Amino acid sequence: MQYNNRAGAENYKDIKLCFIIRIMLNVRYRAINIPRFLRFLGRGYLRRGSFRTCPPSFYDIWRISLFLRTFADIIRYPNKMAKVHQSLKITAKKALNAGYYLLRLRPVDGVLPAGIQPGQFVEIKTPENASLLRRPISIHFVDYRLNELSLLVRAVGAGTEAICAVNEGGVLDLVLPLGNGFTCDFDKESTVVLVGGGVGVAPLLYQAAVLAGKGLKIKMVYGARTSGELVVADAFEPYCDVEITTDDGSAGLRGRVTDSLTFREGLREAAMVQCCGPAPMMKAVAAVCREAGIPCEVSLENMMACGLGACLCCVEKTVKGNVCVCTDGPVFNIKELIW
Amino acid sequence: MVNLNVNLGNGFTLKNPVLTASGTFGFGEEYAPFINLERLGGFIVKGTTLEPREGNPYPRMAETPSGMLNAVGLQNKGVDYFINEIYPRIAGLDTEIVVNVSGKSVEDYAETARRLSALEKIHAIELNISCPNVKQGGMAYGTTCDGASEVVSAMRTAWPRHLMVKLSPNVTSISEIALAVEAAGADSISLINTLLGMAVDVERRRPCLSTVTGGLSGPAVRPVAVRMVWQVAKAVKVPVVGLGGIVTGRDALEFIMAGASAVQVGTANFINPEATMLVLDEISDFCERHGVRDIAEIRGII
Repeated sequence: MQYNNRAGAENYKDIKLCFIIRIMLNVRYRAINIPRFLRFLGRGYLRRGSFRTCPPSFYDIWRISLFLRTFADIIRYPNKMAKVHQSLKITAKKALNAGYYLLRLRPVDGVLPAGIQPGQFVEIKTPENASLLRRPISIHFVDYRLNELSLLVRAVGAGTEAICAVNEGGVLDLVLPLGNGFTCDFDKESTVVLVGGGVGVAPLLYQAAVLAGKGLKIKMVYGARTSGELVVADAFEPYCDVEITTDDGSAGLRGRVTDSLTFREGLREAAMVQCCGPAPMMKAVAAVCREAGIPCEVSLENMMACGLGACLCCVEKTVKGNVCVCTDGPVFNIKELIW
Repeated sequence: MVNLNVNLGNGFTLKNPVLTASGTFGFGEEYAPFINLERLGGFIVKGTTLEPREGNPYPRMAETPSGMLNAVGLQNKGVDYFINEIYPRIAGLDTEIVVNVSGKSVEDYAETARRLSALEKIHAIELNISCPNVKQGGMAYGTTCDGASEVVSAMRTAWPRHLMVKLSPNVTSISEIALAVEAAGADSISLINTLLGMAVDVERRRPCLSTVTGGLSGPAVRPVAVRMVWQVAKAVKVPVVGLGGIVTGRDALEFIMAGASAVQVGTANFINPEATMLVLDEISDFCERHGVRDIAEIRGII
């Protein structure tokens, strides 16, 4: 069965506001890329005879069709910035070291929901009923121009193994985008320190891309147990330099992320430290940041059922009491947490 | 067209028999992006108590074969928060909103009901005397006939509109409790709440839940639930609302044929946010396929 539900639109009273917000988000997150569109017009495709001298490539046609579909989607379903239940097809799958898989997904029908923020996550229904509940997986990267979403999944249990066992062309059932992302708005010329550990590095790639797109300075530390688990270090190359740390010293610095030069130097100038990884690592990073007085955001991964804030299972104790990680997080500023 | 209308008594009618189970559907708004809430027969909001409750510590959930254990512990912001913040946002929906009420004492239950009676759109309360996850919260009342009668009688004076009583399956004879509740004045009976269960994380040599035990829900409990609904429907005259592991329309029809007037979809909402619509569509399809003109024709046929 395929889902791409829009019935919810009827429940949104303020359609006009949703409409405007969606267009803004589409522009901001480059699903509607105005400069590129103007450049495209400037190339003279729409002038008479231009097709003969310079025919549009398939890529151009694909992009125009994506643009038109996105726009048609906004007009028909203005609330689609809200969460959707969508079937996505695996367009590419790559098995990496240590049980990691990189999946690229494209909606079977229509376009990705607009305005996906770095740090948000998806809930995937496990194929073959491998588990009763969905599995929350953070969004690794979003390419609106290709209408594709990437996920970095580590096969660790029955649920994630079943997800990783689906081959190219297979369809996954997702609910997305869920939760709140990392802060992206900083003053110009600010430095942001990104700290990733293990599979926790996943949401930081999209964050690095968004921050780099805004012209901010990024310092990145990537820690893992051994060199074999540093599966996506190369992906950060276009956006920032990456300092590696490993527990066994098989690559980069032997030690913890908090020992790295990048982190210690970054603390002096950073506008914020953004961290995702195992809980002990995040707690260590949070403790250093707290002491240094640097704002810090961490992304939690409490066990959850619905991902929508209904079941109240994934709660974290905060200064505001127990709150759901799925709707109030997964990204929290450490000043909200009782760590 | 199939007539799916259900009359649960005391002036409480539903446009179709599909409700949502308390604690699995938030305040309805959480599911608004996915489904048209107004297609539901109604929805039952998260358990509400007189005072705000923080609930139990994390971890509160563990996945088990075909089911899940939870030990949320009635986390909620209190009845006044519901009245002032939530109710104005959802009151405009053209569907029934049922408030699930829990309490530490009989007075708590009655006071909560009194405050809710100011809300015109709330035509029914589901009385929770079966939460397994808090020490003083319910199951103490729901597991003895005397305790159950006491709360229901007190609620009867505080709440004149429809009173649905949710029973615990963690009893020796559910029919006896159901009869006691009916005699005390309940308008309808819903069952089952979660089954008391436990899971152990053997690697860490610790219980999976912070409270050690929790409530089991999901398809794993369905056969138990269907059996109990059948037993209770045979024993009492008031309408019965069945719940426990309903994922598809076929599951819901099991309950209806066993004697349930309406059903509640619970854990399935976590897996498929459109589960309620799936259940509703499959019930209509079934009725059309089998030439059933009114859902009452197949109710309690077993």
